Amino acid sequence: MATEETDTNGDGLADALGVDSHSAGEAVGMPQLDFSSFPNQIFWLVITLVVIYLILNRIALPRIASVLADRAGAISNDIAAAEDLRNKAVEAEAAYDKALVDARAEAQKIIADAKADIQKDLDVATSHAEAEIAAKTAESESRIAEIRDGAIDSVREVANDVAKEIVSVLGQKADANTIKAAVEQRIKS
Amino acid sequence: MAEDAAEGGLNIHPMDQFVVKPLFGGTEVNWYTPTNVTLWMALAVLCVVLLLVVGTRGRAIVPSRIQSVAELAYGFVYKMVEDVTGKDGLKYFPYIMTLFIFIVFSNFLGLLPMAFTTTSHIAVTGVMAMAVFLFVTILGFVKNGAGFLSVFWISAAPLVLRPILALIEVISYFVRPVSHSIRLAGNMMAGHAVIKVFAGFAVVALISPVSIAAISAIYALEVLVSFIQAYVFAILTCVYLRDALHPHH
Repeated sequence: MATEETDTNGDGLADALGVDSHSAGEAVGMPQLDFSSFPNQIFWLVITLVVIYLILNRIALPRIASVLADRAGAISNDIAAAEDLRNKAVEAEAAYDKALVDARAEAQKIIADAKADIQKDLDVATSHAEAEIAAKTAESESRIAEIRDGAIDSVREVANDVAKEIVSVLGQKADANTIKAAVEQRIKS
Repeated sequence: MAEDAAEGGLNIHPMDQFVVKPLFGGTEVNWYTPTNVTLWMALAVLCVVLLLVVGTRGRAIVPSRIQSVAELAYGFVYKMVEDVTGKDGLKYFPYIMTLFIFIVFSNFLGLLPMAFTTTSHIAVTGVMAMAVFLFVTILGFVKNGAGFLSVFWISAAPLVLRPILALIEVISYFVRPVSHSIRLAGNMMAGHAVIKVFAGFAVVALISPVSIAAISAIYALEVLVSFIQAYVFAILTCVYLRDALHPHH
């Protein structure tokens, strides 16, 4: 540092040895022990400390304290708000779950109803069809019986005619009733 | 200054950096003269204003970097006062903050090249230590009356030993301002003087690499010491304050 103006060789050694030869501003053994500078340092120190104290006490410390308090308040507010929102979310989830369960139950009910309806329709249709089938069957059977009766009559007639022809071919005269009785007897047996 | 004689060609004046000089010429140092003391103390005040006032002017909930540092400093000292002296010590927090912030900025400013370290002067640290000592002693008697004297009477010790311990306690009590001030001034002075001595050796080409490495190392150490000594000064102040507020061990 600025050693030029105090560059007096030998003086330093003399000072170190305790030779009290320093004039103001000259190199001394320990400037810290140069009591002539004490009033000056103490004066400026007191001013500095008072100024710093006033700055801190009036402006800086209250401001920082309020900032820290605000931040603590904001943080606790935010935490409370977050807690609130979380509770709301939990509620919403519960409501959603409930709605889901309800919807499922509703769907099951609808499915069961639809099944029952279909079953009913099916039953009606089935019984209808069965009745129709039964009627058709009965009709068919009666027609078959008719046809069969008709066929028997025809057979009988043919048999009578054939029998009469056979008898007349054999040269005998047969009376119609006898032949008829005989054919009747044969058909029954 | 022994180096002058020993090294011959070397001009090493490690203590010159501590000389109090008038700022505007002349050699007279009156009590009111603006000196390098004034300059560097004013710079310390400026730093305090920049950090703690300008830095916090945003009052931001989410702090800027400099506001974070200001809050950190505030929280650091606040917590120290609270931890050491207890809740009732908090009303003295601005005083301790003043001392701490002044010392820490003076120490760091003193580390700048060409700087003058105000806290390396026993006059400065001595006034602060005496102020703490007187304040704490008066406060102790005001708060506790004669009961403050029980700070010297160690009730935990065996009865026979108590008078001897009381004597030791009294002596150590009155030595407090001395150790309090010399610790800070001595640390700052020694570090700066050592750096200066090594800097003086750096002109010799042969040893200059070693010298420069040593300066770097000691400078790093001094940065640490600057903070630690401010912290020590503040925490000892807190300890003394606790004794005044709660003299019964």
